[in-house]
Order: sequence, then structure tokens, then C-alpha cells
Amino acid sequence: MTEREYLQTPSQTVGPFFGYALPYEGGGELIAAHRPDAIRLHGTVFDGNGQTVPDALIELWQADADGSIVQRQGSFRRDGYTFTGFGRAATTLAGDYSFTTVKPGAVGSSAPYCFVTVFARGLLHHLFTRAYFPEDSEAQATDAVLAAVPAERRSTLIAALDGPGSYRFDIHLQGENETVFFDFDA
Amino acid sequence: MTTQPITQPTQPEITKEIRDIEADAARAAAAGGRPERHARRDYAPYRSSVLRHPTHELVRVDPEEVERFSPAFGHTDVDVLESDLTIQHSGEPLGERITVSGRVLDGEGRPVRHQLIEIWQANSGGRYVHKRDQHPAPLDPNFTGVGRAVTGDDGSYRFQTIKPGPYPWRNHLNAWRPAHIHFSLFGSAFTQRLVTQMYFPGDPLFALDPIYQSITDPAARERLIGQYDHDESVPEYSLGYVWDIVLTGPKSTRMESEEDHD
Ligand SMILES: [Fe+2]
Repeated sequence: MTEREYLQTPSQTVGPFFGYALPYEGGGELIAAHRPDAIRLHGTVFDGNGQTVPDALIELWQADADGSIVQRQGSFRRDGYTFTGFGRAATTLAGDYSFTTVKPGAVGSSAPYCFVTVFARGLLHHLFTRAYFPEDSEAQATDAVLAAVPAERRSTLIAALDGPGSYRFDIHLQGENETVFFDFDA
Repeated sequence: MTTQPITQPTQPEITKEIRDIEADAARAAAAGGRPERHARRDYAPYRSSVLRHPTHELVRVDPEEVERFSPAFGHTDVDVLESDLTIQHSGEPLGERITVSGRVLDGEGRPVRHQLIEIWQANSGGRYVHKRDQHPAPLDPNFTGVGRAVTGDDGSYRFQTIKPGPYPWRNHLNAWRPAHIHFSLFGSAFTQRLVTQMYFPGDPLFALDPIYQSITDPAARERLIGQYDHDESVPEYSLGYVWDIVLTGPKSTRMESEEDHD
């Protein structure tokens, strides 16, 4: 039974003290904010009491505007031109996070989305979710992953347009509007 | 007097909760259930998990192309010197100089090549540089406690650092975390993402720590303990710890076929 040798290393919480280690300068700016195609994807993280979570870390991973998945270095040292598809931002004391990015193109037959990962003190294992966009309802109707989500919970995965080029994607770890989180290791 | 100080649970109360949950998990495993290989998301002895874990079951889906890739980190992002946490200041940090090295493998035992590892840790007195760390142990002007590395062709990594101290926290009265180094890892697919902690062998705080004990299967949590390896110690210089890390997947059917044999 050689597979016994490759049992996964378990997860542990990111804890409260990652703030000086994981966030980095420019982490939330996947592209320069002055670009005409820049969008803002932002939101607030809430716990089960509706309290905001000031010690969460959010990671974004997404396709480029044309739907291509890039493999380019430079996420830690942004040069202002290279799109790497990756961003990282800690929540503020008010529990807010914010990214400047491009709207991803559709990949394959899925509707466009940003892949979102949530870490926080109290989360013993990170959480995966997806932020879809409100204008893509037609593509979402045939999206395979959304189809696996109970209909009444799908709206938790759709960001809301809250200004020109600005999308709000709140993350509810618990509560009435608990965000849908995914398990990819079936 | 009407106001009472907020009473924190005591260590014996927390320890009893830990033991009760472990006994339940052991009974379930003995009755033929799946051993719990991961931390429980809802683990009340770790009080911060109570209002922050999802209450709905996670929705199981197949990863699509975005999730099957991960960002490319490399020498544009990480300088080779960043794996040495003892050379970031003008002087040497206080504490027991150690190396932590090992290999990162996927669920099939294949090396995870050229992927990012980030670590962060307290200093030898148990104090983080983080501004919200209230522990009244001294900061070390020669130690920040942050390192990065990119794995080699064989999935290997190596950090030079000092052994972190245990530190108190406020989960309950007289709560102390066993000494640990935080690790953050990427695989070649984002679904392999892992944030965890490496511990040191023989720590007397293991049995008392609700974060370590949130993995209810003893064999699974022991996978978080680095091993002392005398061959990795450097004469007159540093002690060597070795810790191999296994990421999930890429999406494997091995577990199902394993269960079919049961
Ligand atoms: Fe820690």
C-alpha cells in the first residue's frame, strides 16, 4: 500500500499574525488602476454574527480578459505591465478587501469568474469560492459549477455592480447569506 | 458589584472538550468511518472557529481549467537569499539556529517543482513582529521571521532560521501555542493550495493546543511535526529538522479505489 506514504499534510489556520508576512505592496493591483479596462472587485468579510472580519486574507486567481490563463512571474514585484492573474489582499480593520483587475474572459464553457480563496484566524482550512459577474446571467444559466449549487444559494456567488466598473462581492463565512464554498477534491 | 470579569474557560475545560471530540472521532473511525485526515472546520475548543466556519456542506465540484493552474512564481518574485531568515539584518538573531528542509510532493508522490513556499514565525522569545501581537516578550532587532523559497526540480526546499518560541494566546486561560512555523504553499493547481504549521518533536504543549488537536486523528496530526535529523545538522553551527509536505491531488482517484478494497 504505497499510497499510505503520500497522505496529505493537514491544513492549519493562517492565524492572526500573517499581516507582516503574506500581504505585499501592490498585492491587490493585478493591473494599474488607470487602465481604461480596470475594474474593482471588492467587498466585506462577515462572520456568523454579522460582525466584520478584520483579519482575513483574500487571494484572487483569474484568467486574463481574453479568457487565457497566464503563467507569468511577477506577482510579488509588479512592473505595471505584466498581468499575472494573481492577487492577494488582507482585509482592513473594517473587514474590507479590494482588488483592481480586469474582467476575466470566459474559459471553456463556464461563465466568467474570479477564483477567490479566503484565509482567516478561526478558519482551520481555507475556503474556495467564485465571484461571478451580474451581467453574465445568460452564460451562468449553463455554467456547470453553478448548476451544482442549490438554486436558492447561487446569488451568493454573483457580485453586484455598485458603481462604474466596480463590483461588490461580500463574503459571509456563516449566517443567512452564507457564501457557497467549494470542495474540489471529490 | 454587578459587573463580573469575563471568565475564560480553563485549560482543563478545553482539554476535556478536546478529549471528548477525539474519543467520538475514534469511535466513528473504529465503526468503519473515514479517518479524519484534516482539521475539523467546526472545532469548538478553538473558539475563533465557532462563528467563522461554514455551516453548509461544501459544494463538491470538479475543478475547471482556472483551478487546475496556479500562478507562476519564480526568481522574478523570490530572491534565493530570502530562504535565510538569519541574514536580514545587520546582526545575527538570538536563538537556536536551525535549518528546516524537505520535499514538497503531490498526492501521487511526485515532486512539486518550482512552486512557492512562504514561511513566517515568532522569534526565539515567542514574539511576532506583527503590530497586534501583545505578548510582552522582546522583539529581536535582528529577526523579522519571514522567508520565501521556490522548490527545486526534485520538490526540495531549505530554510535557515532560528527555532521559534512558544507563545501565549487568549483562546482560554493560560493558553500557549506549541512552537511552530507557519507555511504557505502553492502546487501546480490552485486546488493544491495549503496553509499550515510545522511543529517540533516532543512539544509538551501538543496535548493542550486546540489548533493542533483540531486534527482528531493522531496519525494525521503527527504529519505536521518536523523530525530532527542529525545528518542535516551542521557542526558548530545549526540543528537540522526535516519536514516533507504532501499536497492534495492533482485530483486523484486513488482514495476511491482504496476504499473499494475495504
Ligand atoms: Fe503562530
